[in-house]
Amino acid sequence: MFDWLFASPAERRLLGQQKLRGPTPWVIAIMSFSILIIAATGLALANTAGVLTRAIEARYAVEVPNGGGDLARITDVVRRSPGVTSAEPVSESDMRKTLERWLGPAAAASGDLPVPALVNFDAGADANLGAIEQSVRAVAPDARIVAHRESIGPLLHSLRLLQWVAFGLVLMLSGAASAAVVLAARGALDTHRSTIEVMHGVGATDVQVTRLFQRRIAIDALVGSVAGAGAAAVVLLLLTAGASFAGELMGGATLSGPDLVILALLPLALTALATWVARTAVLAALRQAL
Amino acid sequence: MAEFDSVGLRYGTGAEVLRDLDFRLANGGFYFLTGPSGAGKTSLLKLLYLAQRPTRGRIKLFGEELSEAPRDALPPFRRRIGVVFQDFRLIRHLSAFDNVALPLRVAGAKDEDVEGPVREMLAWVGLADRSSARPPTLSGGEQQRVAIARAVINRPELLVADEPTGNVDADMANRLMGLFTALNRLGTTVVVATHDVGLIGATPGAQMIRIEQGTLTDPTGVLKHPPGRA
Repeated sequence: MFDWLFASPAERRLLGQQKLRGPTPWVIAIMSFSILIIAATGLALANTAGVLTRAIEARYAVEVPNGGGDLARITDVVRRSPGVTSAEPVSESDMRKTLERWLGPAAAASGDLPVPALVNFDAGADANLGAIEQSVRAVAPDARIVAHRESIGPLLHSLRLLQWVAFGLVLMLSGAASAAVVLAARGALDTHRSTIEVMHGVGATDVQVTRLFQRRIAIDALVGSVAGAGAAAVVLLLLTAGASFAGELMGGATLSGPDLVILALLPLALTALATWVARTAVLAALRQAL
Repeated sequence: MAEFDSVGLRYGTGAEVLRDLDFRLANGGFYFLTGPSGAGKTSLLKLLYLAQRPTRGRIKLFGEELSEAPRDALPPFRRRIGVVFQDFRLIRHLSAFDNVALPLRVAGAKDEDVEGPVREMLAWVGLADRSSARPPTLSGGEQQRVAIARAVINRPELLVADEPTGNVDADMANRLMGLFTALNRLGTTVVVATHDVGLIGATPGAQMIRIEQGTLTDPTGVLKHPPGRA
């Protein structure tokens, strides 16, 4: 099945021995680099979405719009409710720090700006949210319970969408790489047309001729893919090193072991695709001759 | 060996360059194909060595009808044919050795089975010391000898040569014709297109096929009903 990879020295000489063989390895390298970066981004986004989903699945917040109220009592009521596993109040100072990011230091220092009171809590499947809300309203009538997944829903939707966009881009780049390989194969056929005619003349089959081009393009694709993947790995490592802030913000966007295996296999998949496309293109072109 | 029945050939939408070819070549025969330039000699040879399909009629080669055979079926038949092209068609970046070895390698011969016969053949055509030279560094006559060596290296059943002595001196021409005659004695059918009538006279037992304006002249009917090989 893979005997075409092991050409004899005589077979290798048939297409000449030049070391740098046109733009194909470079094009494949650029495609491989782009595919890996995009695929890594897509996988990280998927992981982030998963982490976020798991983190907020059972997380709720008690919001008291005009602040005030008795935060300690509200927290106590929530904690004592059946099914609640933990409850943490968000202090007014923390709320003001958060607001400071959006409204500036003046807003944070102003006592005129009402700050909502907030108690985050985790509830198990057996918790009765209606009952918890009633209990809380006994202390703070304006209070309402909000599921975190409702707030984060649009973000999660965007993450999933971006993940599919990344997948689509990987497919498009693979298609572009295939098109480049077809052009390279046709160019190689034109360059070596006289050699092919002689080979056919002495009884070579299309498969024998195709083996020569298939092997050469496979090597070009492998060199390009590995070079592109190497460059992408360096970039990803640099991004990972500088992503501590982003990691905190996104809840730890990391790549798992299986993700790394997928990324490692992508250059090989690209090489396999290029080889198959080259074989198909060469065989199709040869069939047009007698 | 070869049977042409009402064969015609046209390129694209042009006029027919070969018309109503109706002849048979006997196994082991030696044929000279002559005729003025543009008469259709090279086109006829292309049909013989399966580089071209006829646009009409039927061609039978080695007992098989091949005019409409699928292209995948043709390589085994081409391996039984040796061709000396008018323009040599050597692969420029291969050495003389590799050019001559090509038919053997295409047929699947191992390297150890290639070395001896190729060296022997190159020695026979007087190029033993030029085996590693590439075609652009060879003279026209040397290139032609490499082309001839390549055509006969695997003892073809049919040898087709287009002006094989056009670029060599008289002595080498005689030696090459001697090689063709020797192959013919071993059973190879030989078809040589040439303008050199001296060659025809110097080859006993050879028959002449004359082609003019795309049609064959066969006044004796020997091509239509070739005698069996003695």
